[in-house]
Amino acid sequence: MTSIIDSLKNRILVLDGAMGTMIQRYKLEEADFRKGWFENHPSSLKGNNDLLSLTRPEIIQQIHREYLEAGADIIETNTFSGTWIAQADYGLENAVYDINFHGAKIAREVADEFTKLTPNKPRFVAGSIGPTNRTASISPDVNDPGFRGITFDELVNAYTAQTEALLDGGCDILLVETVFDTLNAKAALFAIDEVFEKRNVRLPIMVSGTITDQSGRTLTGQTTDAFLVSVQHMPLLSIGLNCALGANMMRPYLQILSKQAPFAVSAHPNAGLPNEFGQYDETAAMMGEQIEEYLKEGIINIIGGCCGTTPDHIRRMAEIAKNYQPRPLPANLLK
Amino acid sequence: MSFLRLSGLEAITITPESNFTNIGERTNVTGSRAFLRMIKENDFEAALSVAKEQVEGGAQIIDINMDEGMIDGKEAMVKFLNLIASEPDIARVPIMIDSSKWEIIVAGLKCIQGKGIVNSISLKEGEENFIQQAKLIKRFGAATVVMAFDENGQADSYERRIEICKRSYDILVEKLNFPAEDIIFDPNIFPVATGMEEHNNNALDFFRATKWIRENLPGAHVSGGVSNVSFSFRGNNAVREAMHAAFLYHAIQHGMDMGIVNPSMLEVYDEIDNELLLRVEDVLLNRRNDATERLLDFAESFVGEDKKKTVDLAWRDVPVAKRLEHALVKGIVDFIEDDTNECRLSMERPIQVIEGPLMDGMNVVGDLFGSGKMFLPQVVKSARVMKKAVAYLLPYIEEEKDGVAQAAGKIIMATVKGDVHDIGKNIVGVVLACNNYEVIDLGVMVSADKIIKAAIEHKADAIGLSGLITPSLDEMVYVAQEMERANLNIPLLIGGATTSKVHTAVKIEQHYTKGQTVYVLDASRSVTVVEQLLGQKKTDFVSELKTEYQRIREHHEKHRSAKELIGLEAAQNNRWQLTFDETTIKKPHHLGIQHIENQDLSELVPYIDWTPFFQTWDLHGKYPAILTDEIVGAEAQKLFQDAQHMLQQIVAEKWLTAKAAFGIFPANSVGDDIEIYADESRSTVLNIQHTLRQQTKKTAGQPNIALSDYIAPKTSGKIDYIGGFVVTTGHGIDAHVARFEAEHDDYNAIMLKALADRFAEAFAEFLHAKVRKETWGYAREEQLENNDLIAEKYIGIRPAPGYPACPDHTEKPGLFNLLNATELTGVSLTETLAMWPAAAVSGWYFAHPDAKYFGLGKITFEQVEAIAKRKNVPTSEMQRWLGSNLNE
Repeated sequence: MTSIIDSLKNRILVLDGAMGTMIQRYKLEEADFRKGWFENHPSSLKGNNDLLSLTRPEIIQQIHREYLEAGADIIETNTFSGTWIAQADYGLENAVYDINFHGAKIAREVADEFTKLTPNKPRFVAGSIGPTNRTASISPDVNDPGFRGITFDELVNAYTAQTEALLDGGCDILLVETVFDTLNAKAALFAIDEVFEKRNVRLPIMVSGTITDQSGRTLTGQTTDAFLVSVQHMPLLSIGLNCALGANMMRPYLQILSKQAPFAVSAHPNAGLPNEFGQYDETAAMMGEQIEEYLKEGIINIIGGCCGTTPDHIRRMAEIAKNYQPRPLPANLLK
Repeated sequence: MSFLRLSGLEAITITPESNFTNIGERTNVTGSRAFLRMIKENDFEAALSVAKEQVEGGAQIIDINMDEGMIDGKEAMVKFLNLIASEPDIARVPIMIDSSKWEIIVAGLKCIQGKGIVNSISLKEGEENFIQQAKLIKRFGAATVVMAFDENGQADSYERRIEICKRSYDILVEKLNFPAEDIIFDPNIFPVATGMEEHNNNALDFFRATKWIRENLPGAHVSGGVSNVSFSFRGNNAVREAMHAAFLYHAIQHGMDMGIVNPSMLEVYDEIDNELLLRVEDVLLNRRNDATERLLDFAESFVGEDKKKTVDLAWRDVPVAKRLEHALVKGIVDFIEDDTNECRLSMERPIQVIEGPLMDGMNVVGDLFGSGKMFLPQVVKSARVMKKAVAYLLPYIEEEKDGVAQAAGKIIMATVKGDVHDIGKNIVGVVLACNNYEVIDLGVMVSADKIIKAAIEHKADAIGLSGLITPSLDEMVYVAQEMERANLNIPLLIGGATTSKVHTAVKIEQHYTKGQTVYVLDASRSVTVVEQLLGQKKTDFVSELKTEYQRIREHHEKHRSAKELIGLEAAQNNRWQLTFDETTIKKPHHLGIQHIENQDLSELVPYIDWTPFFQTWDLHGKYPAILTDEIVGAEAQKLFQDAQHMLQQIVAEKWLTAKAAFGIFPANSVGDDIEIYADESRSTVLNIQHTLRQQTKKTAGQPNIALSDYIAPKTSGKIDYIGGFVVTTGHGIDAHVARFEAEHDDYNAIMLKALADRFAEAFAEFLHAKVRKETWGYAREEQLENNDLIAEKYIGIRPAPGYPACPDHTEKPGLFNLLNATELTGVSLTETLAMWPAAAVSGWYFAHPDAKYFGLGKITFEQVEAIAKRKNVPTSEMQRWLGSNLNE
């Protein structure tokens, strides 16, 4: 953890922006998602972006590269849906190892290229671990609130497989993100902790929750501080928020985390709220202005973008971040 | 130093300023009979409301415990926690997962998104186990309660408490890096004022240990189950509330910062009656030798507050047997020898005094204790009176020359392996000893082989096993098996808080065939039970017990097996094989479709069943009793008057038109289907009715029924018959409903719909009677009152598609086609196969004298597939229609 903590001590680190938004620009077709790997797969694969690390690796490389050029210190692997639970929708439970291993490997290679060019600014690879499309705390059946579509054990099983492959592929950090159900996240942390113990390694872990609306709660009803308390048993590198909200609306909840968390604090908001066509309108300049507010306050250690953000947004953030001091790191991280 | 932080949907932080964090205790099957009943009866709605009340009542954390031998604790825990997750009013507080079974704790941890508390772990099973559990708890992100308990048992002194807590703390903090603030010690709150001297320091030791922990184990918290302290005053809430308040007051002063408390069972310390407080504190702080007796005396005056205590000797005037009873109940020794002597002189033999009046008196004591009207110390007092009487009689009994053996015998007592709770066992020991039994107490955590060895060595007359925690139940089963193996034949007594008669009958008794196993409800019963087991009445007593336990097992089996399903083929092989001959098949007078164009409504009025009418209005109770019901009676009467008024209008002004189509047809069953034929040549099949078969596992001799069982099989060669009907009273209703609604008169609009529904049902009843007596004519002599009709006392049945016997709605179109019902009655079927107009009833007629209504219950997917195939529709479609019957 030393090298990233050294960086965090000195400056605000920049995380990359959206993967999906960038992929959309390529206007890919069904064939792009199959190429060389799943040519004869019986069901449609279009939209399963994680597969592109296998079928169109040059696109993913290019996107990573653009974010690194824009100034990102940390890039996220293209593995947000890399669990058998999420892949089950496509009948690709068996592709999970490849998705994560190659997803991590591509990011690793591009990051290393950039670190070589500027060794005083090391670039990090964060293995993206999404929430899956099931929730362990809510019943999918309104008439049967006791029912669950997924169990803790299944989640641990899925996250274990994902973690193993991400480590094999060469990640520096694991990022449990877009946590809308803390129980899912706890299963991910449980799996990670077990894998770490088995391999006798400890990588820095970032956790990023999603406050779904102005009520200040996660989808499963937790307040920001309850969310923090629920994952605080793990020695995290950082805790933060991403997705669902634009930068402005996230601010009060980031303040809570900044005040209470014994970890670094991260934020990667959306480029505003989606418009009626589901597109994100906030420009790099607009987002930059809002983010500058909290950088000024000194409540952030890691800043980046989620849905709708592009290398332009990240470039703007990196420019602003340079001008401000990071939130002082809590003592236990400095040990 | 970090603070303990916990979360549900919201977070709480326990700081030194928090003073005291109170943990709700009512959602605990071992502590609340009401809650246990809800869980047993699967009434999770009610169970949730208990949790909600706790939170609303100020509980900052809720303790949930599902440890009960007769329920699946793991399943109940998971279900309850999942349900709580969808109740934000409850889920906002952190959960304490309370179980003595590790697997239940783990299952619970997998359900909570917040940071909860495990209750509890300890060094009971050694360090390795403790470390493993603590490590997993940490990985799940929970805090934990650590009991002051080690390999040698539960800490019951100050020294043991601090020794075990220190050792636990060092392992957790130093070896595991477990956050100190996430450790909550439970240094064991034990009852005081039990009547036993060794319990006198229980509260004081707890206070001192608490102080030591808080001063010497930085970060750790102290909690405990407060209501334990007043256990011996069960039933006397005023005293208990005062004891809880005073105990908490002192415990908090000493540093206890969390506790399992029922907020509604807590007096405010300052408002405790001065005299009561003084005596309570004398007990808690062990300030004087007679503290228990003084509190007990005072407690009595608190039970019935209006009954002022005076020395009333009126009881001396009643007959001697009653006087003995009074002396036993009240624990008065003053006159016992005189009364015993007087009684002895009136009896043939002195032993009869014991077997008669004294035992009767002890049974009264038992009943009072069982219903919470007497407390343990009082029972101990009663036992002393008993002892005195018996001691007085002994010389006379021995004097008898006919060598009648005295009732005394040797009894081995033990708390089983894995359990350390011994209060109950000790009390039973005292009570038995008071009655001249020699008690050999083996202590706690006693293994089966030790118990058996002792029994053989001491030539014991009986063995008494005790246990409080749930795993003890399994251990008791094991002891019984081992006794069988060791060829013992002495009685086995089972007692303790989690034991029950059902558990004893279902799980233990049959493993020990050579001797009798008996469940003993409480200490006061032990004497009666042992007396009977070892005395002359043994044979009768044992045979009564055997019968009773057999009955309990059968009852239990019936309920349990209701949940188990068998394969379709097995169910079909277990069909109901009825007799089909001239006595059971009656050729109908008229075959084919008939219809009624406009039935006179006044003829239907006597057939109305009013009970469901009241249910429509959420008034529950049977008609006519409901009209005089204490609570809803007035409301029901008013409603009934209004209904009668409208009823007259409906009939007189012909608001509704009643139509029916019905008919009887030749039929035979083919497997689970019924073929319905155009005529008796049986060459043209008009309709195939597909019926569903019960698949729940039945007790031996009980069939798995399908409606097709009521019709003679085609292979029998016999012509049988089936009927069908569709009735409606819904025509014409719309105009009147619209009229009321236009006047914003919802009351009358609903009233009319409710009455139309009742008319439809009455019409179905009326028509069924007509068919039985005339059309089919198999019950021509029938004379039944409306009450009998409601009670379904007639021969034959008229099950309706969509109802329990045939929940399959997709049978309706076939029925309607068969009867040409839509044309004849104007009733049509909607897309979802509901009848329109709504005031309509349809169904089948079966005339076999053995035909009865039944519920299909759960079926397997296999049967859904099978019926889909028979109907030639996609399985997925049948699955949708039969979803609520499908077992998952």
